[in-house]
Amino acid sequence: MSLLELKDVSKIYGDLHALDHVSLTVEQGEWIAIMGPSGSGKSTMMNIIGCMDKPTTGQVIFDGRDISKDSNRKLTEYHRDKIGLVFQQFHLINYLNAVENVMVAQYYHSMPDEKEALEALERVGLKDRAKHLPSQLSGGEQQRVCIARALINSPELILADEPTGNLDEANENTVLDIFRQPHKEGTSLIVVTHDPEVGEVAQRIVRLEHGKILYDKKNEQFAEQ
Amino acid sequence: MFFRMVRGTFKRQWKKMLMIALTVALGASIATAMLNVMLDVGDKINEELKTYGSNITVVPQSEAVISSLYDVEGGDAQAEYLPEEKIGELLTIFWANNITDFSPETDVTVTLNGEEVRLVGTWFNHHLEFVKKGTTYQRDTGIINLRSWWDVEQGEWLNEQASQAENAAMVGAALAKRQNISAGDTLTVSAGGKSETLNVVGVYESGDDEDNGIYTTLPAAQRLTGSEGLFKKIEVSAITSPEDELAVKAARNPSLLSGDEYDLWYCTAYVSSICFQIQEAIPEASATAVRQIADSEGKILEKTELLMSLITLLSLLGATLGISNLVTSGVMERSQELALLKAVGAKNGQVTVLVLTEIMLTSIFGAAVGYFMGYAFAQIIGQTVFAASIEMSGMAAFLVAVLIIAVTLVGSIPAIRTLLRLRPSEVLHGGH
Ligand SMILES: Nc1ncnc2c1ncn2[C@@H]1O[C@H](COP(=O)(O)OP(=O)(O)OP(=O)(O)O)[C@@H](O)[C@H]1O
Ligand SMILES: [Mg+2]
Repeated sequence: MSLLELKDVSKIYGDLHALDHVSLTVEQGEWIAIMGPSGSGKSTMMNIIGCMDKPTTGQVIFDGRDISKDSNRKLTEYHRDKIGLVFQQFHLINYLNAVENVMVAQYYHSMPDEKEALEALERVGLKDRAKHLPSQLSGGEQQRVCIARALINSPELILADEPTGNLDEANENTVLDIFRQPHKEGTSLIVVTHDPEVGEVAQRIVRLEHGKILYDKKNEQFAEQ
Repeated sequence: MFFRMVRGTFKRQWKKMLMIALTVALGASIATAMLNVMLDVGDKINEELKTYGSNITVVPQSEAVISSLYDVEGGDAQAEYLPEEKIGELLTIFWANNITDFSPETDVTVTLNGEEVRLVGTWFNHHLEFVKKGTTYQRDTGIINLRSWWDVEQGEWLNEQASQAENAAMVGAALAKRQNISAGDTLTVSAGGKSETLNVVGVYESGDDEDNGIYTTLPAAQRLTGSEGLFKKIEVSAITSPEDELAVKAARNPSLLSGDEYDLWYCTAYVSSICFQIQEAIPEASATAVRQIADSEGKILEKTELLMSLITLLSLLGATLGISNLVTSGVMERSQELALLKAVGAKNGQVTVLVLTEIMLTSIFGAAVGYFMGYAFAQIIGQTVFAASIEMSGMAAFLVAVLIIAVTLVGSIPAIRTLLRLRPSEVLHGGH
């Protein structure tokens, strides 16, 4: 069974078709890059996959269940239990330090556990920055905290919308390296990017244009490290 | 975790929170002041209504008819008397225990040093014993209780149990000042060719027309009027139940009541049923309720209370609007943070609880400050308007607490709605 299936999904704002009859299947453990020009509907698609938005028409099937008609409350639960989010902006709560920011996700998921949160920070190489406030961290470090937060509840799927958009090359590589770890452990990854280098590391590349899938192909360069 | 987030908000939005606390404090202070003044002044006036003299007068039946027909104080011409030995009958009625005090009186206009003065003979601290059908009824009563508000400026209260008490008298402050009388003086008063020598034992201030009169013992007044063993009227102070429909119906005519209604009425301490029972016990007397003063004071009190309730309501309304503004803008300011919480898995309810906790804590702090400010306001109002300190009541504190919680919750509704509408996708993704 596939992890996720979009079936003929459209998202319409007024007369703008942000997504136009899109179908997509994501298998367990797959690493997909979604690429395309600005305004092509990438974020819209991520929001629908991430249960933060509902399609205007079409079905979203997650773990064999059609969730496109579920209540917002149910969607929040799905989102919380199955998905980890990484944004382009490094969205952290600025009055909480790094480890506390990770613990917030634990708190709303189940129970805050500082030890586990520290381990998550260690995995992204930030153990010694745990007590720093976001303002005391570099952009790359902040993004790593976000990734640690996205990973803390062991999601089935990580959605990253331009995770490296605001990072220099060194930091970009660090982030991609970090993604490899959960991928190895079987977590699915969907990464939105218009940076070809970031696309290159994925197993599959989906290209969107004007809300439609232009192509969906296997990435020949993908190499498991 | 929850606590750390709450603390974080206070650190970051302390200015806003301070404004909310201040708004609540203002509303709470006005509500506290008004409610306390209202409750305390209400109590005070009620107490006064209770202590200010009698609420029932008993007069001979024929005089009752005349004074209500011609609306005049029964002058000497129509004077009729009741026999003194009947007074004890008051102790035998069904509601005798509700009669707290009573005192017979005979008044007469006397001449004192060429001035016409009203003299009243009455009981001060009389010990009454009454035997009926083998039962002995006893009561200590008199105007020491019925005129509890009298301020004895000089000397002391007339004590009927002292030697030579019969010719003792108390003089009103205004008269004493006019005629230069002080305690220890001897006065000669005369009326209708008779005269009495009275020893002034005290000077009282009553605050009304009685300050121009003389109060002496009943026997002294009886000798002046030649009515030994008789008196003109009884002032009765009784604890009564509030009037309701049944009482109003009965007041028109008790004989129109059905049997059950009659029993209920008779066995309820309405002023009308007490009057009725007094008339049963003393058939030659007419007992009537004195209510006019109480009623008009009650009306003023009602209006004052209405005004104060309105002020309270308006101030709370203002506080609600203020809070709603502040809280909403506070939530908007941190929309990104709150959306982020939703994005990491917080449910609407959890975010709402977080925000409400912050507001409630702020509100409680504000209300506490407001309560003390209100205490000060209440005292200022009490001193300037009523010349009395205002006692703070637990009831008012409770009411203020309830009102402030309501105000805070209602004020938070718009913010909560904004909060529920926050979509992490719109706030966090890209730049739409
Ligand atoms: N809430 C909304 N209301 C109206 N139009 C919207 C809304 N969200 C997105 N759109 C429109 O839908 C289209 C697709 O937007 P989307 O954010 O998915 O693009 P994108 O591919 O993520 O672009 P970018 O690379 O710039 O982030 C755009 O034209 C956008 O203006
Ligand atoms: Mg986008």
